[in-house]
Amino acid sequence: MIHNIPYLAVVALVAIGFWAMIFRKNLIKVIIGIAIIESGVNFFLVALGYRSGAYAPIYTHAPSGQMVLPVPQALTLTSIVIGVAVLALMLSLAVQIYKKQGTLDTRKGVLKK
Amino acid sequence: MSIDWLLIHSPALIIAVPLFAAFAMPLIKKLGNKTRNGVALATVLLIEILVIMLAKDVFASGARSYVFGAEPGLTLPSGYIVPIRILFHVDGMSAFMAIISATIALVAVIYSLKFMEKETALDRYYLLLLLMMVGMFGMEFTADLFNMFVFLEVLSIASCGLVAYRIHLADAPEGALKFMVISSIGALMVLLATGFLYGQYDALNIAQLAKELQFNFIDKIALVLLLGAFAMKCGSFPMHQWVPDTYSVAPAPISILLVVSTQVSLYALFRVVFTLYGISSNVVVVGWYLIVLGLSTLFIGVTMAIPQKDIKRLISYLGVSQIGYMLIAVGVGFSLFANPVEFEIYGFRAIEGGIFQLINDSMYMGLLFLVSGALYYRIGTRNLDSMGGLARPMKVTSICFLIGSLAIAGIPPFNGFASKFMIYETVYRFNPIISIVAMLVSVLTLAAMVRAFSAAFMGPSLPEFKEVREVPKSMILGMVILASMVVFFGLFPSLIVDNLVEPAVRALISRPSYIISLLGG
Amino acid sequence: MSEMSKIVRSISNLLLPFILIYGFYIILHGHLTPGGGFQGGAVVASGLVMVLVAYGSERFASWVKEKHLSVLESIGALGFISLAFLGLSTAFFYNFLAGKGGLFGDIPPEGSNPGALNTAGTLPLMNLAVGLKVIAGLASIVLVMGLASHYFKQGGENDT
Repeated sequence: MIHNIPYLAVVALVAIGFWAMIFRKNLIKVIIGIAIIESGVNFFLVALGYRSGAYAPIYTHAPSGQMVLPVPQALTLTSIVIGVAVLALMLSLAVQIYKKQGTLDTRKGVLKK
Repeated sequence: MSIDWLLIHSPALIIAVPLFAAFAMPLIKKLGNKTRNGVALATVLLIEILVIMLAKDVFASGARSYVFGAEPGLTLPSGYIVPIRILFHVDGMSAFMAIISATIALVAVIYSLKFMEKETALDRYYLLLLLMMVGMFGMEFTADLFNMFVFLEVLSIASCGLVAYRIHLADAPEGALKFMVISSIGALMVLLATGFLYGQYDALNIAQLAKELQFNFIDKIALVLLLGAFAMKCGSFPMHQWVPDTYSVAPAPISILLVVSTQVSLYALFRVVFTLYGISSNVVVVGWYLIVLGLSTLFIGVTMAIPQKDIKRLISYLGVSQIGYMLIAVGVGFSLFANPVEFEIYGFRAIEGGIFQLINDSMYMGLLFLVSGALYYRIGTRNLDSMGGLARPMKVTSICFLIGSLAIAGIPPFNGFASKFMIYETVYRFNPIISIVAMLVSVLTLAAMVRAFSAAFMGPSLPEFKEVREVPKSMILGMVILASMVVFFGLFPSLIVDNLVEPAVRALISRPSYIISLLGG
Repeated sequence: MSEMSKIVRSISNLLLPFILIYGFYIILHGHLTPGGGFQGGAVVASGLVMVLVAYGSERFASWVKEKHLSVLESIGALGFISLAFLGLSTAFFYNFLAGKGGLFGDIPPEGSNPGALNTAGTLPLMNLAVGLKVIAGLASIVLVMGLASHYFKQGGENDT
């Protein structure tokens, strides 16, 4: 059970993110929802590579013993980098939408056809 | 710099050259507009040549792998053999898709030279356009599930920037934001699925995963996530809303690249279904999933298209419905995968029809978007109600539109007929009802296109369009390239099917040979 | 964004060199310890953003132009890709400097070690290139967004 807590947290994060994305009416909150889903996924990847009691995979002054898996950490890092770009892009677009429509409420004309 | 050397390194060069040219754009800008356009054009031409060379070689002598950052092969310097290297794998299907992307990108750049002339900051425009090419080629060539995610994001971010490029248009940020939300959710689903598969099999390589896949419960979750993500990205039914919003605000050359990017997502979907899961999954369920998705996409797309007043939204909805044909055809083929006898009789041909439809779709959809762009360039509106009588001043444009609309409706002798006929024929043997729905949709498509054609080009000349002239030569060239391809593919379908489509389909369905050619025996 | 109080500005002046040094340390030691181009670049960029917040985006923009940042970003990206191209005699991204002696060419000792900086071939150079790109990229993102919010408050129709 104790080993599954990270995965439960992942499920909770992804669920909260989807909830925010679907049910919140403010565009900024929708974007925050996406960011939360992303952290959930990143957390999932890091949790996959974790071995309890193991050391960080760095050779500089490394103590002898088991190391955690570095590949998921590399994947997470890449996905964080991409996440920064996506977030910056979406926030700039939100700024532009606010400029044009004067509101970020999805019920008032924004994202409606 | 011999031909052999070029061929060996071409999978990497096809990604690297546009990447280099893209980031050189802000520096080249200082040398003037002509140089900038010239560099962009030269890059896409070079890539087109490289892709055709590579494709010819792959069709003739089998798949090619490329190991990044090391000597070829999977053996590490320590002697340990494990598929952890960063690999590109170009088989027939990847090469086929690369031909589509390279050709459309070439047309898009030729068309952009004049079309985008009035916009500002064009160095960024070409930067993003080239990055979009990098994303597409990367998704086509990669043999690694995680790199597929990375290139998917590169593609999405670059295309989002381009959709929002004409930020002064009222709807542009909206369309771009919608696109980005859908894309990032899709990409995160792919990443989650990658995590599921990595956690079980300790591998990211598609071939290694395919070799070890057991189709247990967690694999099924991963399959659902991957199918959902790529179906969302290719604009199929429940998530088709972003397609018209995005296509209609993007500049016309970007709309045609967006069509190709949905097809690249479709390719990723086929890659997951055929190569990663293949026969070890429940083929009937997955096949029917694709068929139902395709049917609903077909029907919803075309019914939404008919009442549209905006020409680009009309064409976009038709584009949504065209994706349905490919999903149906490939779904039929895949659901017969476990049954070799029937698969040989008509399953293989159904997949061929679907893949042939894919290349045809990129041609006529591209043509229609370019024509709508040409109309926008001259008269500054996309509203069909305010157009009329444009056939007289814009003769070439109207002929191109006619060719495109007959092709999309599946009228002989254009290319749409050739591929759709293959689909009707084979799907009829599988289940007549699906085939009948597909034909009905074709008729409705014709109705929508006839309405658009008569509204825009027929009727009396309107006084406000007295001054309208034909569009500049480079734009005409872009349209004529695609129109002549539409006609050529329609007149000689067997030539294309035998030389292009069949090797691609053979590569797509032969999962064991993908695994062996990548990992060895 | 407008200028903040003198206290904030002085503190940010004081902190800036330390943040920059820490950021460049992370970039340079990317091949030995956790970190590298992106992380170090993000630290340096956060230092610049601190200055931006303290002095306001208008004044910051008069010191650092967005177009210069864009050129810097391109140079970083081109440096990265060029290093990858230089390995093309074997394969794209081939580490042609590793183990050859000279610049970053030493062979690292096996197992636990105190960290040999002069190793890993092209990786430190690539980290530097990526770091440059990330510094320029993140700084220009925040700069452009700050300027946009400023115009926006005044109801201006300026496209940024």
